[in-house]
Amino acid sequence: MSKTQIINVALIGNPNTGKTSLFNQLTGLNQKVGNYPGVTVDKKQGKCKLPNNQIALITDLPGTYSINPTSLDESIVLKTLLSNNELEKPDVIVVVADVENLKRNLLLFTQIQDLEIPTVLVINMADQMRRKGISIDIQLLQKELETDVVLISARNAAEINKVKEVIANKNKIDKPKPVCKINHKIDAEYFAELQKVTPNYSLYELWLMVTQNSFPEKVTEVEKQKINEFRSDISKVKRYQHKETIYRYQAINRILKATYKVDASKATDLRSRLDKIFTHKIFGYVIFFGILLLIFQSIFDWASAPMDFIDEFFANSAEFVKSQLPTGMFTDLLTDGIIPGIGGVVIFIPQIAILFFLIAVLEETGYMSRVVFLMDKIMRKFGMSGKSVIPLISGTACAIPAVMSTRTITSWKERLITILVTPFTTCSARLPVYAILIAIIIPNKKLFGFLSLQGFTLLSLYVLGFAAAIISAYILHRTLKIKNTSFFVVEMPNYKLPSLKNVFFDVFEKTKAFVLGAGKIILAISIVLWFLATHGPSSFKDAEKSVIENANNSQLSEEALQQKIASAKLEKSYIGIAGKAIEPAVKPLGYDWKIGIGLITSFAAREVFVGTLATIYSIEGVEDEATIKERMTAEIDPKTGEKRFNFATGMSLLVFYAFAMQCMATLAIVKRETKSWKWPLIQLVGMGILAYVSALIVYQFLK
Amino acid sequence: MNTIASLQIGEMGVILEESLDRIPLKLLEMGCLPGAEVKLLQIAPFNDPIYICVNGSHLAIRKETASQILISKF
Repeated sequence: MSKTQIINVALIGNPNTGKTSLFNQLTGLNQKVGNYPGVTVDKKQGKCKLPNNQIALITDLPGTYSINPTSLDESIVLKTLLSNNELEKPDVIVVVADVENLKRNLLLFTQIQDLEIPTVLVINMADQMRRKGISIDIQLLQKELETDVVLISARNAAEINKVKEVIANKNKIDKPKPVCKINHKIDAEYFAELQKVTPNYSLYELWLMVTQNSFPEKVTEVEKQKINEFRSDISKVKRYQHKETIYRYQAINRILKATYKVDASKATDLRSRLDKIFTHKIFGYVIFFGILLLIFQSIFDWASAPMDFIDEFFANSAEFVKSQLPTGMFTDLLTDGIIPGIGGVVIFIPQIAILFFLIAVLEETGYMSRVVFLMDKIMRKFGMSGKSVIPLISGTACAIPAVMSTRTITSWKERLITILVTPFTTCSARLPVYAILIAIIIPNKKLFGFLSLQGFTLLSLYVLGFAAAIISAYILHRTLKIKNTSFFVVEMPNYKLPSLKNVFFDVFEKTKAFVLGAGKIILAISIVLWFLATHGPSSFKDAEKSVIENANNSQLSEEALQQKIASAKLEKSYIGIAGKAIEPAVKPLGYDWKIGIGLITSFAAREVFVGTLATIYSIEGVEDEATIKERMTAEIDPKTGEKRFNFATGMSLLVFYAFAMQCMATLAIVKRETKSWKWPLIQLVGMGILAYVSALIVYQFLK
Repeated sequence: MNTIASLQIGEMGVILEESLDRIPLKLLEMGCLPGAEVKLLQIAPFNDPIYICVNGSHLAIRKETASQILISKF
């Protein structure tokens, strides 16, 4: 093998084994997140230089308890391992196990060893061994498992180098021998016949093709047909799978009996003591809701300073650029289109990063599993699962990762309902819309002397979103006729301190993905908007002339005249025409054609609303570089002479944005996750009708 | 007949051979094997799901699944 050749290394292991820590240690910042073809499962890859100067391309596969998949994430593991594509197929597999749950972790290890791919066993969290009274005879374990075993604590650099060394050496070794050799015990004749189908695959690979009905690309039709014959009696296949698992555990128990000792007297009962508090019938909920409050509080408190700074910074930048560059088309595009557009994306970063940070910490510590346990019965009443709590909380950052995180829900009905209602939760794209409207229509006063009235309004909108999610989940639960075939099992991992490095990587990756994904749409729309607002059909060109002609009769100041010209121009531009076209439909909700433009563009993504108004008003107010909030507050309804954003219109808009499905990116994800246009369309129409009717009622009632 | 669902908090039992066909493969893979000791650690508010320790694995399962798994109590 040449030195320059890259070797493929797959990291695989149970969830909560510190697999991601090892991945971060091996690759550092040298990693990227891509997608597996056809599905939206994140594919995390990174490069690592081995001691012999070879480069290893390391793939962090989704965590799984077994090769037999029960979810979409887990099926990726099977696909990668069965693949016979040179670029996909791993040359070396590193199985990561955690020292405390070695027995269960070895089940996956024996399955992988049977694939006859060079495999290394890395036992993580060795630093916990002494405290837990665990001792392992590594030499004997290596002999019994016929593989290299490395003990590590993922934070120890010397031990990480040992892993690299073993990977480098492993690659030279030929196919390992399967450890379990259990197949003859189950049904010698059946498995002998199965191996006869083709010599190109190991017996275990063929058995997986039988049990999972999943085939690598290069399997011929004839082979497929022959393999399918082995699954003609499906109950026999199931029985053999059960037997296989039992034999594997028997082999593992035999090996561990000689190599793995636990001194029970050293065991602490920290876990059970913490569990007693966190899953307590009353305190459990008190703590959970306390944490939720803390999350919301921190989104606003911690994020407000950096957000104000970002807001100011972009307003100042636009002003600065305007003063430095010669006036003209390009400068206008820059100061009225691109800079506010980028600002509209960057301003989300503080809130999103804080939310992702808190969720990552809760997951890392093991607390999230307790929430799942605590909430399952309640969520089930609404057709969801305890696992739906995580998507619903993540939804407060962004519906896209939230919808993707529903994959851990094994029941299709529970998962579908969770996907359908998640977009009701108040995502961070709604926040700028809420924040600006609340700042305009709700006075900055304290309720009962301590509760901020603005903060209370925002909290109510969150509650409104959750209530809409829960109620529609209940309706879906009662109307959807889908039979539940799967069941619920959640591992309750031990509590541990979160690794800052893991949390940092998690927050960084998710924030980057969001900003780049949503950012592209927002920036593109900002530019298109700017163009549509500064160009128009023939009447657009006459607008300025007619205003000046009319103005000659009245005594207008220069400033007021400019304002009038800009207004007239906007009205006659392409976007003005589109806004006017939908004005009759949105008038009953209390909106004018400018807000109408905002609604149209919001269907790309909600946050575009603020950017749109920023663009519209900055085109209008020629001289004034005040912030968008000041401009919106100053906006006057020409017919009544009153403020455009009065209480009724503001409330109506808030309700509309709380309910409407205005995010193309989420619709696209829902389509991919549900594999049909039916569900995203139901979401779009259902939430749209709810939004329109509710906003109508609110406006007509408050007007 | 006793099942995991009939355990009280702190009680233990051994999973019986007869329940093999009724245990879903996934649970089997997570250590819920015939012959394994199972201890009930916690019951969630509203009496469901339950939190068990079996074969060294700490798992939360729903009562409907737990009532499928036959045990003999200690």
